Amino acid sequence: MDWFPLWNSLRIAGISAFFVFFAGIFAAYWIARLPRLIKGALDVVLTLPLVLPPTVIGYLLLRLLGPRRILGAWLLEQFGIKVVMSWWSAIFATGVVIFPLMYRTARGAFEAFDETLAYSAQTLGLSNTWIFWHLRLPCCRQGILAGVVLAFARALGEYGATSMIAGYTPGRTATISTTVYQLWQTNNDALAARWVLVNLAISAAVLLAVNLLERPRREGRKPWAFL
Amino acid sequence: MGLSVNMEKRLGSFCLASSLEAPDGTTALLGASGCGKTMTLKCIAGIVKPDRGRIVLNDRVLFDKEKGINLPPQERKVGYLFQNYGLFPNMTVEKNLLCAAPGNRREKAELLADTLRRFRLEGLEKRYPAQLSGGQQQRVALARILCRRPEVILLDEPLSALDSSLRWELELEIGELLSDFPGPIVWVSHHPGEVFRNCSRVCVMEQGRTQPIQTREQLFRTPQTPAAARLAGWENILPAIANGQSVTLPQWGLTLNLARSVPRETSHAAIRAASITPAQPGTQGAFPCRVVRRIPDIPGCTLLLQPETANPDAPFLRMQTQDAPREDILWVTVRPEDILLLR
Repeated sequence: MDWFPLWNSLRIAGISAFFVFFAGIFAAYWIARLPRLIKGALDVVLTLPLVLPPTVIGYLLLRLLGPRRILGAWLLEQFGIKVVMSWWSAIFATGVVIFPLMYRTARGAFEAFDETLAYSAQTLGLSNTWIFWHLRLPCCRQGILAGVVLAFARALGEYGATSMIAGYTPGRTATISTTVYQLWQTNNDALAARWVLVNLAISAAVLLAVNLLERPRREGRKPWAFL
Repeated sequence: MGLSVNMEKRLGSFCLASSLEAPDGTTALLGASGCGKTMTLKCIAGIVKPDRGRIVLNDRVLFDKEKGINLPPQERKVGYLFQNYGLFPNMTVEKNLLCAAPGNRREKAELLADTLRRFRLEGLEKRYPAQLSGGQQQRVALARILCRRPEVILLDEPLSALDSSLRWELELEIGELLSDFPGPIVWVSHHPGEVFRNCSRVCVMEQGRTQPIQTREQLFRTPQTPAAARLAGWENILPAIANGQSVTLPQWGLTLNLARSVPRETSHAAIRAASITPAQPGTQGAFPCRVVRRIPDIPGCTLLLQPETANPDAPFLRMQTQDAPREDILWVTVRPEDILLLR
């Protein structure tokens, strides 16, 4: 059995989750402070990928990044980079798909944060940057961690947008989900089933991790008691 | 010197207009819930920006709308004890104190050791706030504020989160820990007893407006306004009309002779539940009331009475007695000097 799809899936999911982790947190923190109207509009735009079919996202990304499209053409001309149909093209696809998951969970965690703590820190002379890194993030740590784990899991399972932008090239762009589809298409049922089992195992492990992260809160213990 | 506040803030339909002079020592800001006490503190601390006015602390302008001055909370040197103490839940007691302490590492360590001793927190350095009792949390919060060397201390209902058996103890403790603080202290409360015991000056606040500062004796013996009387513990407060030497209470359909001239600007009269006494039927100045409810109280019993001449929708007369009367109609009287006239 060629393990490339597993490795490829993991690196795509890992890299996109890494970037989305920061992007989601900062978007959540920054947007919470905006005037209501702009906040509402941005919220819709940033959450849209959660409800759009992945194929639509794939289509939109191709319109943007394809070699003859605005951004894709520019990148090809300036840097000689062809953004689509390589293994890391899928990072764009998964990144867009999982961003709302991270953004929403981070926002939920920030909204649950007791703002009095920030006020209290301010009156003690502590800067807003200090408050963000030493108070806000640690207090919201659990929600944020749960968010990134969930985003990673979703990235592992991404199929639609990935297949459109990265295609299926064995040993180059194949991920677990595209491999399962390809194997099933070519009547290789036994191997498809093995990949399905691999996928099930990973997903179960990830969901278990999410549950472990959220458990202390459900039991009514202080979230930090777990950390 | 001291704290001088004169500002306005509009929040939807609520309008806050605070004017307050707090010299060194403890000044109470007394008012019912939702009257704008906490909002006033937040404006002083710089958490909320007033719409207009001026806030000055020891000759330092913290806020001045006209001059465009609005110091951030970090630079105001205002120690703010929040209702729930605002301790950082992700840090130990030690870290909570250290993050507020100024100076280099050695100075910080010295200050920490000194503070832990003074506030009787030794042995608790490594605990998290959730692992402390209410009293310990309060001591940590006060200690943390004092580490910062503030020029004014704001206490926002410091005892409201506690049950009554603890309240008393912690009240004494706050007084003790703050006794050597040289600057002004503003103590926000809706609890008259707490204010009387701890604050020498009182500013009453009603519906977003502060009233002139009074000494505690003035406020509790002879409150001037209905709001002040209510906060000072007068139970029966009714609209009144001056009538030469007597006062008419239209809601109860009563005219009481006070044997002294009643100021023309009198708008309300107040009577304590404890100054109402039973009388023989037909006695001069007494009036009959229907007993509406008998409520067991500590000590004795509180009666809700309805004067027979009262409007049906008038508030009941509250009376405190040692034992509940059997009869349904009770004649009561009140001494003229126990009737307080309010502007």
